[in-house]
Amino acid sequence: MIILEPGRLQRHYWRDVWRYRELFVILAWRDLSVRYKQTAIGVVWAIIKALVTVAIFTFVFGRIAKLPTGSLAPYTLVVFAGMIPWSLFSNILGQASASVVGNSNLIGKVYFPRLIVPAAPAISSLVDALIWLPLLFGMMLWFGFWPDVRIALLPLFMLLTVLISVGPTLLFAALNVKYRDSQFIAAYLIQFGLYVSPVGFSSAAIPAQWRPLYSLNPMVGVIDGFRWCVLHGEPKLYYPSLMISISAAILMLWIGIAYFRKVENRFADII
Amino acid sequence: MPADIAIHAEDLAKKYIISHQSDPSGHGVLREALTAKFKRALRPIRHIPGGGPGWSSQTREEFWALKNVGFDVCHGEVLGIIGRNGAGKSTLLKILSRITDPTEGRVELCGRVASLLEVGTGFHPELTGRENVYLNGAILGMTRSEIRTKFDEIVAFAGVERFLDTPVKRYSSGMYVRLAFAVAAHLEPDILIIDEVLAVGDAEFQRRCLGKMQDVSKHGRTVLFVSHNMLAVEQLCSRAICLEAGRIRMAGSARDVIANYLSNNGAEVLECFPESDPARVAEVQHVVLCSDDGKPLRQVTTADTAGLNIQLLVREPRPDLQIAFSVHDAYRTAIFASCPLDDGVQQPTQKGRHDFRVRFPGPIFLPQRYSITISVYSTRSIVFHDCAHALRFDVLPAASKIYSAAPNRVGLMQILCDWKHMMHDDPEPSGQEAVA
Repeated sequence: MIILEPGRLQRHYWRDVWRYRELFVILAWRDLSVRYKQTAIGVVWAIIKALVTVAIFTFVFGRIAKLPTGSLAPYTLVVFAGMIPWSLFSNILGQASASVVGNSNLIGKVYFPRLIVPAAPAISSLVDALIWLPLLFGMMLWFGFWPDVRIALLPLFMLLTVLISVGPTLLFAALNVKYRDSQFIAAYLIQFGLYVSPVGFSSAAIPAQWRPLYSLNPMVGVIDGFRWCVLHGEPKLYYPSLMISISAAILMLWIGIAYFRKVENRFADII
Repeated sequence: MPADIAIHAEDLAKKYIISHQSDPSGHGVLREALTAKFKRALRPIRHIPGGGPGWSSQTREEFWALKNVGFDVCHGEVLGIIGRNGAGKSTLLKILSRITDPTEGRVELCGRVASLLEVGTGFHPELTGRENVYLNGAILGMTRSEIRTKFDEIVAFAGVERFLDTPVKRYSSGMYVRLAFAVAAHLEPDILIIDEVLAVGDAEFQRRCLGKMQDVSKHGRTVLFVSHNMLAVEQLCSRAICLEAGRIRMAGSARDVIANYLSNNGAEVLECFPESDPARVAEVQHVVLCSDDGKPLRQVTTADTAGLNIQLLVREPRPDLQIAFSVHDAYRTAIFASCPLDDGVQQPTQKGRHDFRVRFPGPIFLPQRYSITISVYSTRSIVFHDCAHALRFDVLPAASKIYSAAPNRVGLMQILCDWKHMMHDDPEPSGQEAVA
């Protein structure tokens, strides 16, 4: 029996989320499947995008600026290994922030735990990132630069990237329902974040005295960690930044879910 | 809650805040929220007059879309919900479907609920028919395995077998709607909430939908059905509630509620000057219900031999131009239709103004509500002017030859028939006849 009352927080919220898991999967599948419909080369665009970005960053930061990497790996690999977690983060944030408003036809007409809507792009973005991994390994083969056992920790860092993205995403997605400003904020965050995060360069390029301050950007720990597992000979993990990333992920996830659940009942009224 | 009750709603209310704000898009803009907070923070220190040119002024108004709505629906019952636009029907359905929270009150729903507030919710134009069946099914709450077992049935019902792997953006609108309804029709919840889905598709498709919904109700499912189609409500529902301005105006048997709704829905119209549109090839300019001697009627009784005066303007001569009228009952079902050719009178094919005088064959109305539709069209079924239910009137009882004989007679009209009576005293007829 279902009881509906004003302001009644769904007592079985998480059970409902679990019950609607098929919808979650199918929405993620829809996002993926629609993306390259009616294109001639389809998923190749994802690969082209990766190659072009890596080439430009290698040229600008490696060749022209000659930034140090502090590792044995070729600059191209350093850039690519940073690109993967960054694009995972920016794809999730970019798509999911607009997702609730983008699915307003569903929200106004059917009940399901609204949390599914911004969570689904996390899956489709993760699939995109997984498409890039073989490309990275292919490149490593090309450079004759093989990873060591630390690669086994890669799934954990992938997971951390997703977790750190979901918190702010939920906040932006929920705010966007009422204030369409938040999609612009998300877009700026993605655009500027690319330059203040160690994507095109290594954190080793940051002077040592600034390192603690720089590590306050939670993406620093994630990207450094990702590089650390993929490329052998990377400098030791800088634990403070990793700790900051993990605590930021947990804190933002908690804030994101709490805010989202607080306002989701009103989505249908104000969307 | 008693065991046989499927839906129990009490004191439901829903409040919306309408803010008349300077932003025409209607969405809150962060700046406004921030300035409002800022103003509030400054208020104790310094008085800032609101509504100045730099500050957006917001006036907020409460609006109760629903108030004190309560009802019970038994298991297996089909409840119709009727009412004018804006009466709160959709808000009620949104609360029951858990799309939005009630502001006050409480609902208990017993069993799995599926709501169908729109046909084809979530259909994605780029996806194929097959993919959309799975997507839409999942959105409506079906599991993958459920959809898989019913897939062939759904496709057969929609009749789109050949186009399963075509993106639905290439479907005709009819195919699209059929596929969407087919998915919805194969939902098997305990409680089904339906909003106006029959308002789509052609007549044949609507007939099939109605049939399918009758099946659904026969299988013991509880159905809540909102519609403006009174005939559909009457056929499907045993009970109905009528909403007006967010409150229940009447609840009871579907027939009574519908009759009450229709008889109170708009005053009588015995004379009508339809709006003119110079683009029309031909149009009705004036139509009035008249008495036997051609004078406009102020009220119609069961004793009146009424008639119609129709004034028609034809702007372009057309050899196939036709005019006709139809008389409808309270449920807007046509009782009969008539056109000039029936009586050997020429159709208005010439350019100019035409006057038609129609006389009904005696007092034909019973004390009920009727409406009359006038249409101007061509034989190739192009409608030039359709004055649907232009005249609406309630007939008052008055002594007439037929009506007085049996005031409680059944039917939609009174028709004086020619009766003869022969009586035979003798089982072996001998030629004597008594004519009544």
